[in-house]
Amino acid sequence: MKIVLVVAALIALGAIAPFVNSYILILLTQALVLGIIAMSVDLLLGYTGLPSLGQAAYLGVGAYLTAILASTHGFGLEWGFWLVVVLGILAGAATAALFGLFAVRASGVYFLMITLALGMCMWGLAYRWNSLTGGDNGMNMPGRPSFGIDLADDLNYFYLVLGFFAASLAALYVLVRSPFGRSLVGIRERELRMRILGYNTWLHKYIAFVIAGAFGGLAGVLWAHLTGIVSPGDVILTTSVDVLLMVVLGGPGTLVGGAIGAGVVVFLREYLATIVQWWQYVLGAVYVLTILYLPGGLMGIPERVRRRSSSKIH
Amino acid sequence: MDANFWLIQIFNGVSYGALLFLLASGLTLIFGVMRIVNLSHGAYFLLGGYVALSVIWTTGSWLLALPVAALAIALVGLAMERVFLRPLGFDPLRQVLLTVGFAFLFQQAALDIWGGDNLIIDPPAALTASWVVGGLYLPVYRVFMIALAVAIGLALWLAMERTRIGAMVRAAVDDAEMARGVGIDTSKVSMFIFALGAFLAALGGVVGGAFLGVYPGLDFEVLPIAFAVVIIGGMGSLAGAAVGSLLVGLADNFGKALFPELAYFSLYAPMVLILAIKPTGLLGRE
Repeated sequence: MKIVLVVAALIALGAIAPFVNSYILILLTQALVLGIIAMSVDLLLGYTGLPSLGQAAYLGVGAYLTAILASTHGFGLEWGFWLVVVLGILAGAATAALFGLFAVRASGVYFLMITLALGMCMWGLAYRWNSLTGGDNGMNMPGRPSFGIDLADDLNYFYLVLGFFAASLAALYVLVRSPFGRSLVGIRERELRMRILGYNTWLHKYIAFVIAGAFGGLAGVLWAHLTGIVSPGDVILTTSVDVLLMVVLGGPGTLVGGAIGAGVVVFLREYLATIVQWWQYVLGAVYVLTILYLPGGLMGIPERVRRRSSSKIH
Repeated sequence: MDANFWLIQIFNGVSYGALLFLLASGLTLIFGVMRIVNLSHGAYFLLGGYVALSVIWTTGSWLLALPVAALAIALVGLAMERVFLRPLGFDPLRQVLLTVGFAFLFQQAALDIWGGDNLIIDPPAALTASWVVGGLYLPVYRVFMIALAVAIGLALWLAMERTRIGAMVRAAVDDAEMARGVGIDTSKVSMFIFALGAFLAALGGVVGGAFLGVYPGLDFEVLPIAFAVVIIGGMGSLAGAAVGSLLVGLADNFGKALFPELAYFSLYAPMVLILAIKPTGLLGRE
């Protein structure tokens, strides 16, 4: 039932895309790219119980890899794009494999602080390693790839991102339903018991961390081509914070919740910002109210309504 | 690179470390007592600087600005703890996320009230001179920063070790449930510590405003540095915050002087190294 709803929503999104104006189309694409990284954070936060506050690092790795290959070496602007996608995923996973060695043995708020600091290591490199990253100015992309299909057309690019989003959602859905995904939930609920049952809980968490990094890398490749410029601002703490809040807003442990949160945040930030000056108050207030009154996020609303109406009957 | 170069770099590093101690000691105290990572801490630092500027603009007194800004932000912290964090109960993750929401609100409020310019807090003339010691120029302001941090560090240490409220705080850190059991009002202790943390951060913001400046975005720039300090020193440990501040201050200065391309990396890399060897930080407990 829920799968049908999600598939219908994705098809509907694809169907209306040709008819919305170009600005909305860009925002939709942005929301989908951020939705991918939000889902990767949900794998950690919602399923494994690890609040990552450094996910922008993997987005940065993917984005800078794409930008360096494209602008310095002119690579990845034709069929090579698909190789860049694979490389971006691998680079995200490799970075997470390194960072995970430090982060995964911590839990709770300790994990949060360590991932935050690791993320800032990445930002520091992007910001100061001028010869490689262009420093504060960032790197301009020479344009989107074209391989028979010209991705410079925003609609084509939207469909590409929609495809990657659907594939990521499907892959993560299969993952969290697998025995491995179940073990992650077990670790979230009671790690000690899982360890007593003979699970190598460190390894399970580590693998989840690396997988999340891989999706972060993918989002980075798509982000670079979407915005056309990669700068330290993409890797900075606030990006990681935003992504974590998208998941909390949408509802942790639901996958699509993160994507919905991404959509809400992107539209609040970009669209509202064009209308009113005080949009950031709205965003901040939405966060605060969600955390105070909606622990399950937006996805938790139907459940709350159901519980309330059933408690009225009794 | 002669001896003078090294001495000056060490002096600069230590004085920067002194500023970091003001910022990080509050963060580590709050964490120790409440298990909350306060992500609004950078905002307290920034708001402290802005409030001090307003006081200076109206009264012209830097000396007055120091306590007024710190107390004003302590009140903000107090209100935040009472009205929003306390009702959440013991749920560190939700509390942490709530402090992020506030960090965004404070950022926007600061932008609306004080604008987007890069402002500088001019210290009083008495502190702008330089002392010449053995051929080295030592700015008095930096000496003042070190003295202030040492004084505050000593005061905090004495308060924690020698006073009744300090004993209550230590009891709450060790075992909050037992502390409540023997009649300590841990809720009051939390409120007090949160306000104290905000007070220290704001004080740091005023002092740091003289050479970091006061500008939008400063809040999220200093926050991760404070984190590095607290992680290196050991979360919840006051002595750890002192050691961590010194290490990070020195690492930052030498990193910028010796390997400019890797400057920020050389700031966070020691932290990662220490974590790899001792996950609880240098002086943190298991």
